[in-house]
Amino acid sequence: MNITLKIWRQKNKQDKGKFVTYKLDGVSTEMTFLEMLDYLNEKLIKEDADPVAFDSDCREGICGMCGLYINGRPNGPEKGVTTCQLSMSVFKDGKKITVEPWRSKAFPVIKDLVVDRSTFDKLIQVGGYISANTGAAPEANSIPIKKEDVDRAFDSGICIGCGTCVAACKNASAMLFVSAKISQLSLLPQGRVEAKERVQAMVLKMDELGFGNCTNTGACEAECPKEISLSNIARMNREFYKAKIS
Amino acid sequence: MTKLDAKIPEGPLAEKWTKYEASVNLVNPANKKNLDIIVVGAGAAGASAAASLAELGYNVKVYVFQDSSRRAHSIASQGGINATKNYKNDADSDYRLFYDMIKGGDFRAREANVYRAAEISNNIIDQFVAQGVPFAREYSGYLANRSFGGVQVSRTFYAQGQTGQQCTLAAYQALSRQIHAGKVEMFSRRDMLDLVVIDGKARGIITRNLITGEIERHSAHAVVLATGGFGTIYYLSTLAINSNGSAALAAYKKGAFLANPSLAQIHPTCIPVLNDYQSKLTLMSESLRNDGRVWVPKEKGDKRPANEIPEEERDYYLERKYPAFGNLVPRDVASRAAKERCDAGYGVGDTGLAVYLDFKDAIKNQGYDTIKAKYGTLFGLYLKVTGINPYEEPMRIYPASHYTMGGLWVDYNLMTTIAGLYAIGEANFSDHGANRLGASSLMQCSGDGYFILPVTIGDYLADQIKVPKISTDTPEFEKAEKAVKEKLNKLLSVKGTQTPTSFHKRLGHILWTYSGMKRNEKGLKKALKLVNELKEEFWKDVKLSGGLNELNHELEKAGRVADFFELASLIITDALNRKESCGAHFREEYQTEEGEAERDDKNYSYVAAWEYTGEMSNPKLHKEELVFEFVKPTKRSYK
Repeated sequence: MNITLKIWRQKNKQDKGKFVTYKLDGVSTEMTFLEMLDYLNEKLIKEDADPVAFDSDCREGICGMCGLYINGRPNGPEKGVTTCQLSMSVFKDGKKITVEPWRSKAFPVIKDLVVDRSTFDKLIQVGGYISANTGAAPEANSIPIKKEDVDRAFDSGICIGCGTCVAACKNASAMLFVSAKISQLSLLPQGRVEAKERVQAMVLKMDELGFGNCTNTGACEAECPKEISLSNIARMNREFYKAKIS
Repeated sequence: MTKLDAKIPEGPLAEKWTKYEASVNLVNPANKKNLDIIVVGAGAAGASAAASLAELGYNVKVYVFQDSSRRAHSIASQGGINATKNYKNDADSDYRLFYDMIKGGDFRAREANVYRAAEISNNIIDQFVAQGVPFAREYSGYLANRSFGGVQVSRTFYAQGQTGQQCTLAAYQALSRQIHAGKVEMFSRRDMLDLVVIDGKARGIITRNLITGEIERHSAHAVVLATGGFGTIYYLSTLAINSNGSAALAAYKKGAFLANPSLAQIHPTCIPVLNDYQSKLTLMSESLRNDGRVWVPKEKGDKRPANEIPEEERDYYLERKYPAFGNLVPRDVASRAAKERCDAGYGVGDTGLAVYLDFKDAIKNQGYDTIKAKYGTLFGLYLKVTGINPYEEPMRIYPASHYTMGGLWVDYNLMTTIAGLYAIGEANFSDHGANRLGASSLMQCSGDGYFILPVTIGDYLADQIKVPKISTDTPEFEKAEKAVKEKLNKLLSVKGTQTPTSFHKRLGHILWTYSGMKRNEKGLKKALKLVNELKEEFWKDVKLSGGLNELNHELEKAGRVADFFELASLIITDALNRKESCGAHFREEYQTEEGEAERDDKNYSYVAAWEYTGEMSNPKLHKEELVFEFVKPTKRSYK
């Protein structure tokens, strides 16, 4: 099929950037979205043009490295997929597809569609862990944990840190990302010990790094490729208030 | 000539590591803070090593090419991690895991290292649980287990189909804590392009800042490579598309021997190649073979939809050929069997290069909910990629390049042949022999990172406490930096007509055809010629865009592909040298009447460690004879 791509091009952090339109023939519905961009880039290189820079690594929806705004939605029109899992079969022949990087103050553009998400690492660094030094662990079965608690911790723990939640949110809030980690760790007995310090440090850091607040719109949950539940935010808020008053 | 000394401690197998730990040289805490360690790569191995070394008090610098160490491809490991807890009361033990790995690796791994890996496996589970990994649990609240290929016990701990993600994130979080504590300095979006060796000791690396393009010098008292495997050399693989062999090659060219490079695992259960545009293949965890049954139609070229083929017209070939292990035969055996059926004309799907993995019986016997709980994520992933619902129709699968058992040669300390240069995780060669068993990769890389390296590196660094900070202002750094810049400029100056990706595809095709699941002398010799021709063509006709001092993915790719040519020649040379079949290395000339691999213990019971001798000369072979003191190599049978 033939498509028209309207892609955000920006040379570097300082550059103002602009949309550039490309006509692309011979696109197969069997391509993934990123393979379509590979195909475009191969063509651009042959024409002595500058290929479009975009991030990706595992290409199976688990590393969280990719992530693009496609036709006004993070990761495109399909539910529960990362950008690398999006198939070209969802687009119609002759259509125009607009491709942008994540748009958020906390994720500055590095080049074209590549953004800097190191703020997510900084959030984890202030408390997104259990401080168990190597060698200090007790026997694994010494603390039985209810299956349902572990299953819920797993459901929160599957976040891939891609930044979709921030990109989808009108306030550019990182609440879903932070609350997923806080939930995972606070649902487990091993993680309770530091629960109070963890939630306070991470929430404070979130504000400091320029992420916005949550106004319960729910776009993060709707767009999250791993379909992480909004209830994590409620749990984080409970943990936060509990920490405040205790 | 360097003599290979594996430095295996004396004494009974089960006492080697304990005795080693009791007698190893130590660095006192006050001195640790004066010692710098570079860790390259931060997946399960690198992150756990960096965190553990920092906890001990060393100054650690970590380098990754992604934007964050959480992206490392350990994250995609699916099925699980082994340990010998024996929670199932099924007679598991350290010895049994050791034996399974030695046999699974077709008696081409080093006994002492494998036993140690089994011995510390339980500590890893303890550590991960303490760090918050939500491993699956029974209703009792205790940890659950499942079984994996090549073994008859249930010793695999898992978190649905995302065990690697959960373990890697736990290590990432431990690393993040040390970054916050100021003990680790993190350098993301950096490619390691060379190793710096001063007076025979690894003292630093040259990196390229992938955003600014700047070529940087970094020094330390020791360097640890946790750079993973190079299965992407086949172009299509289950690896992340940026995974590469450049760090291993750089170390090799500076004097580290590369061991058994041709021993590469082709994983049996991957989503088959769908089209020419494909950039990677998706793994379907081996754990699926616990409940899924592999089959092809009994009739050649039967094009009926799977569900319309009646039971009696299906050939459950693994159950037929290997009644004792059935669908749970090791990966090399399962892969070859699938290739054999497809080559004989029984393959399914449009290409005929696929077999069925069927859950009909499992769903009937255990119920939809149970199967969903076990494999929900994997089934969802399969549906997303193929549009086929595995709850209703069998999956189609085919083998794909997955894991490199070979890698940098290391001794018992995990040190390479360069003093102060260590290789951990998939980057080294030692534990998996000629074939890796499922759920033993996470086990080995976290074992190396959390528990082995932090002890063994002290033995070396105890000698280095009087060495001040290493200066980067030396002729060795100067020379390495110059060489890196020259190579990059050379790549940019070719200005040919073909893209790096197009060369990579062609290289992958050569290797897959002649050095894949089946190999023979004629084909390998042809491949060597083809690779050399393609390499020449590459340096005359590669076309890049952009410049040196900017984010330039094409330049990154070109450098990796250039290195792949050199690695490919070494892989083929190693495959030619090994005139036997063992594990994943199947030389058609050496097979039994039933078509199984035929080992030659008399002549090839050794690790082939290759030494770089220069651009124009052939690599030199060094042999580490494998001494089987505790296990008698037998014919490896799963029948």
